[in-house]
Amino acid sequence: MIDKKIISAEEAAGLVNDGDVVMLGGFLACGSPLNLLEALQKKGTKDMTLVCNDTAFHNAKTGEMTGVAPLVLNKQFKKMVVTHIGTNFETQRQMNAGETEVDLVPQGTLAEQIRAGGFGLGGILTPTGVGTEVEKGKEVIEIDGKKFLVEKAIKGDVALIKARTADKAGNLIFDKSARNFNPLMATACETVIVEVDEIVETGALDPECINTPGLFVNYIVLTKGAK
Amino acid sequence: MEYKPNKEVIVKRIAKFFKDGDLVNLGIGLPTLVGNYIPDDVHINLQSENGFVGLGPAPEKGKEDSMLTNAGGSPVTLLAGGAYFDSAVSFGIIRGGHVDYTVLGVLQVDQNGNLANYMIPGKMIPGMGGAMDLTIGAKKVIAATTHFERNGDSKLKRNCTLPLTAGNQVDYVVTDLGFFEIKDGKFILKEYFAPYSVDYILNNTDVDIVVPEDCKEVTL
Repeated sequence: MIDKKIISAEEAAGLVNDGDVVMLGGFLACGSPLNLLEALQKKGTKDMTLVCNDTAFHNAKTGEMTGVAPLVLNKQFKKMVVTHIGTNFETQRQMNAGETEVDLVPQGTLAEQIRAGGFGLGGILTPTGVGTEVEKGKEVIEIDGKKFLVEKAIKGDVALIKARTADKAGNLIFDKSARNFNPLMATACETVIVEVDEIVETGALDPECINTPGLFVNYIVLTKGAK
Repeated sequence: MEYKPNKEVIVKRIAKFFKDGDLVNLGIGLPTLVGNYIPDDVHINLQSENGFVGLGPAPEKGKEDSMLTNAGGSPVTLLAGGAYFDSAVSFGIIRGGHVDYTVLGVLQVDQNGNLANYMIPGKMIPGMGGAMDLTIGAKKVIAATTHFERNGDSKLKRNCTLPLTAGNQVDYVVTDLGFFEIKDGKFILKEYFAPYSVDYILNNTDVDIVVPEDCKEVTL
């Protein structure tokens, strides 16, 4: 197996261009690549479209932020495709003020749209959202008397994901509930950058226990301060 | 009689629904509290939609693991026999009908089983997160809510006016006044909770309520 390139968080941020569709792993920042986000914030990349479960925490009273929230505050996204923004008052403010386009998507639908994007499908049929605002503008197909929404596949330019361990060939093992959207996003983007806590020699991981095969991964970033 | 909101009554009653082996997903907020009242002799399996089954209690102070949280972002533990998976598997479990019960919070719930719990346009837009999939996918949907809003309006409606999370999916509604089943476009009052009376519920809730003969008073 050929080794993947191991790069710095700053070099990784350099691979993200203004206007890119960026898929970001994590669920309320658990499983988000925090060093990659910090580098992307510093670089100030603009007009990106964010595809992520949520926009992490931004506390209106204390100003405390986690995960992607500082980039939201910096207005680095022109559009956000997310399932939940209840923990980030700034995302809600930008949405209500019409400053940033926010697409709210049911969580299971978003997961399947990304999976479809990565696995060569045009989209999926789901009963979720039938008869709700989510149905607006979408095709409804009836199969055996049950209604389904046609939800198109989503692909991205860059995936920024987080795993616990990579071997040098890019095979990944995730970490507890920090797995969430990460393995799905690894399949659906042109460039896949993974931030990891440790890098081991190729062959050191049990092939039966690998969550994401290295073929999906382009670059590895070792978490700052990791042993 | 004066109404005093009592969330404990709601979660205590819901905790009695389950039997050994049930796979249950508890929503964020009030529904999460149900987990504290499951009887000791009933063993259910809790799913956390961010990617695991075998959800355990909060860890001791100092033993939190930032890589293991519930769907609200709070540190939790994993019980022996638990398993982690990605979000596609997690929602496959949910949409695929493998979850026996989901307990969800309420902005409005109506007599046709419609649930609104994810946004108040122009005011509060938290988003649906996993709620639309859970409402559609779980075998039984329990709506958990205080009976009245702060302004005194009942949260039980003839027709929801807020954007729906899902249509015709709610099976049971448990408030701090009673336990209702939704059937044939009506609320069926199965139990009323002391100190409130059937008349109190009927007089203060502008929906179609059927009171069957076996409706009983319950003290929780």
